[in-house]
Amino acid sequence: MQLATDDASRVDSPEDVSLLRRSRWTDWWLTVMHDKKALAGLVILAVFVFMGLFAPLIAPYDPNDMEYEMLAPPSRSHLLGTDDLGRDLLSRIIHGTRISFFIGFTTVALALVSGVFLGLTAGYYGGWRDHLIMRYIDLQWAFPNFIIAVYMVAVFGTGIFNLTIAISLAYVDDFARLARGMVLTIKQEPYVMAARAMGASNTRIMGTYVLPNATAPLIVQATVSVSYAILAEAALSFLGLGVESTTPTWGLILAEGRSFISRAWWVGVFPGLAIMLTVLSINFLGDALRDFMDVRETQDLM
Amino acid sequence: MAILLEVTDLHTHFSTPFGTVKAVNGITYTVNEGETVAIVGESGCGKSVGALSIMGLIADPPGKIENGHIRFMGEDLLTLTDEQLRRLRGRRLAMIFQEPMTSLNPLLTIGRQLCESLQTHLGYTRTEAVNRAAELLAMVGIADGGRRLKQYPHHLSGGMRQRIMIALALACEPKLIIADEPTTALDVTIQAQILELMKALTRRLNVALILITHNLGVVARYADRVNVMYAGKIVETGTARQVYALPSHPYTLGLMRSVPRVDQARLQRLIPIPGQPPDLTRLGRGCSYGPRCDFKTDRCDDESPSLVETAAGQCSACWNTKAVADSLGGGS
Amino acid sequence: MQRLLEYESGCGLAGGWFMNGDTAAMVKKAGPGEDGPLLEVRGLKKYFPVTEGIIRRRIISQVKAVDGISFTIETGETMGLVGESGCGKTTTGLCILKLETPTAGTVLFRGEDLSTLNTRQMVPWRRKLQVIFQDPFSSLNPRMKVGRIIVDPIRVHRLIPDNHKQEARVAELLGLCGLSPGMADRYPHEMSGGQRQRVGIARALATNPEFIVCDEAVSALDVSIQAQIINLLEDLRDQLGITYLFISHDLSVVRHLCQRVAVMYLGRIVEMTTTEKLFKDPLHPYTRILLAAIPIPDPDIEAQRDFTPAQGEIPSPMAAPSGCVFHPRCPLAVAGCSRERPPLRELRPGHHVACTQVELNPIS
Repeated sequence: MQLATDDASRVDSPEDVSLLRRSRWTDWWLTVMHDKKALAGLVILAVFVFMGLFAPLIAPYDPNDMEYEMLAPPSRSHLLGTDDLGRDLLSRIIHGTRISFFIGFTTVALALVSGVFLGLTAGYYGGWRDHLIMRYIDLQWAFPNFIIAVYMVAVFGTGIFNLTIAISLAYVDDFARLARGMVLTIKQEPYVMAARAMGASNTRIMGTYVLPNATAPLIVQATVSVSYAILAEAALSFLGLGVESTTPTWGLILAEGRSFISRAWWVGVFPGLAIMLTVLSINFLGDALRDFMDVRETQDLM
Repeated sequence: MAILLEVTDLHTHFSTPFGTVKAVNGITYTVNEGETVAIVGESGCGKSVGALSIMGLIADPPGKIENGHIRFMGEDLLTLTDEQLRRLRGRRLAMIFQEPMTSLNPLLTIGRQLCESLQTHLGYTRTEAVNRAAELLAMVGIADGGRRLKQYPHHLSGGMRQRIMIALALACEPKLIIADEPTTALDVTIQAQILELMKALTRRLNVALILITHNLGVVARYADRVNVMYAGKIVETGTARQVYALPSHPYTLGLMRSVPRVDQARLQRLIPIPGQPPDLTRLGRGCSYGPRCDFKTDRCDDESPSLVETAAGQCSACWNTKAVADSLGGGS
Repeated sequence: MQRLLEYESGCGLAGGWFMNGDTAAMVKKAGPGEDGPLLEVRGLKKYFPVTEGIIRRRIISQVKAVDGISFTIETGETMGLVGESGCGKTTTGLCILKLETPTAGTVLFRGEDLSTLNTRQMVPWRRKLQVIFQDPFSSLNPRMKVGRIIVDPIRVHRLIPDNHKQEARVAELLGLCGLSPGMADRYPHEMSGGQRQRVGIARALATNPEFIVCDEAVSALDVSIQAQIINLLEDLRDQLGITYLFISHDLSVVRHLCQRVAVMYLGRIVEMTTTEKLFKDPLHPYTRILLAAIPIPDPDIEAQRDFTPAQGEIPSPMAAPSGCVFHPRCPLAVAGCSRERPPLRELRPGHHVACTQVELNPIS
């Protein structure tokens, strides 16, 4: 250690080393705990996930049992009342959580992965790849996401698999565009230059230098998209383009309740409330996530 | 010479999630009429915050002037209302920032920005203002002012824009200009042009100048007096000659030794100041330079030194000024 | 090749071979570049097209960022490349490292023409040529811990297969740059500017390079920290025998650190000689103006200096003047200067100047 001469060896004084050392997950957890809205969001989502996972155990009745009084208002035996076919609404909503959450998260995961792949390729390599991908994205951009989903379902047919594909395809362009924009900025950063100078391969640079630095806005975008995807499923089911009517989903229940809204308000209001709560919770969490990422950036200024 | 500005025991703090940053932590100094005072220090030493405090431009929150007085032309600026301060700011007190691109409005022509200032503060009519604006541009060395007045900031180079900033600052014949790193963003040859211009104009118009910089060469060439700042405090003040010839604070000495000089061939390794500046949220009660200081004694850990005169007009905030003087061989 | 073998066998003994004081001598002995210079740049040009139109791009003009420059760097030498913004000094550095593709010209490293190599062929050379950037805030990946930042080049080149030995090597590199091994566990944003710059240097050293481009490596640092980093760069040069191309606008630092200097103005080298000659006896009018413009930190000297700042602005590289690019600002300019580009000639032994008038107008 001859080289670490007088001036250099004193660079890190003991007090520096004792700086609070926390992992990023601890940081994130602390941020959520301090943010009341985010905490509420987390709790509500946890409850829904729990409900979805253990639906058959929690639900008081079989969701497709048509043996009860039709359009009965909320009562002790049917907490949220029954629908027009005499099915227990609470049980249907609890079971509906499964489909709604599955579609919400799976579609966004698919859209995120494929969108980021396209955006990364277009932004990093540029040239003909960029042209090709961006023309496709522009084309998709020209149609509202929902219309695309409707069109896809109309072509491929209904059912949960087709529905998932249709909705994720509709959101690919959002992620691709965002990812490409991020990559174009990050590509110019000196640390990417340094990675090129060290001889790192393109895949390595994209995977370990570019992508991790583009995650913040992508994650925020993903939380927003999850709520849109749940709404999209609801809307498609509402239009009768969703899953089979035997499978309860929030959108489907809502759609069925529409006709009786003046006589039996509960059939429409409760599934709507479930959708609203979920979307709100996810957005609260997304906000907290964005604040958390922002803190990381602004900390540098101190 | 009459005292123009008197800053007494100024404290400006910022509250952040990581604690209170004591950016300016008790500074006292004066500026005489027509004089150029340099404030030197490294980034984060509070030199800019001190200047913004005088201008009343500290964003509150997070910033807050906790304590102190700023007397300018007999008035305490901290007791003025926003309206009074705004009037004073355009008229008698002007500021030049480091980045001339961001301090000019990109959507307005140069002429519009100059004239606006003249019309609001001096009550000029439109034609009077245009004529005066062209005069000002000529004064800051911009030829064909008529054409330039119609241009937008992005048409101009960095040096040109800084000239415009100087013209804007001089528009209302202020008594004091605060220049915060006015040439740091510029190239060396342009920096020299701008500083020469500022020197000539402040002399001619008898305007006092507070020159905030980290460049010791600029201070040597342009300043009458110097305040050296470290961790929110002034650690040494004196005339430029005194401070350069016989620095009486270990930090000043350290700064002088750590810069390579363009007029001298390499004689030896540089002698850097070890360690790094302290965290302003966690200042101890002792001297904040203590941990990096070669002259440190036990007293430095416990008591923070205040400015004490070491020679006529030269003050140092150090318990061991004698040891510092001895290390320089008692004078040369 | 011999050196490579030495490396493979020696890398296991983290600590031993690298610290060896003889390394410098070793580098000088080895390699085919012994007869020639370590790096030779010949007629390097980099033009950036200026395009217009959205649908059909047309090239309307060219920015001549680097316009035909040539120089050599000997092994173990530190060459300074100075100039003001837009003079092309940074682009020159990037072209040498093949981070920009030169428009014309060759870059010979140890006799090998790097400009003809494709990306894959370039990889083994990247180990030997490294770079340190100006901004210690943006030159480190904010999502990587320091240890990971430093070990990445080692993994890319598969220099040390064993994980534990990699860790030892990281600790060693940190120590070499004056940081404690504990720093490996930090993120860049948890460090000060000076510490980050040390990490940047450690990363550059990780592959045991022979040549490092320092692009304004100390310009963003405060004076007291700047001195620490300058000393560190000097120590590394003396002990590891690294050759630097030191790109800077700060002539005082260049005078302190470099043995030879090339002064650039608008894409061309206007003067090139040893540091001693350049600062004692600057010949090109631009160099003289540049030196006079730098204030000296001594009020007594400043009071005696007779000083008139340079006239005019630095022209945009998009509209570089004809002939000698400096003629609009030059005190010696005559009619001919705007017509013909003056070649870089050896006016005195080892002292190259691109000016036709300087011989006729000796310095007062």
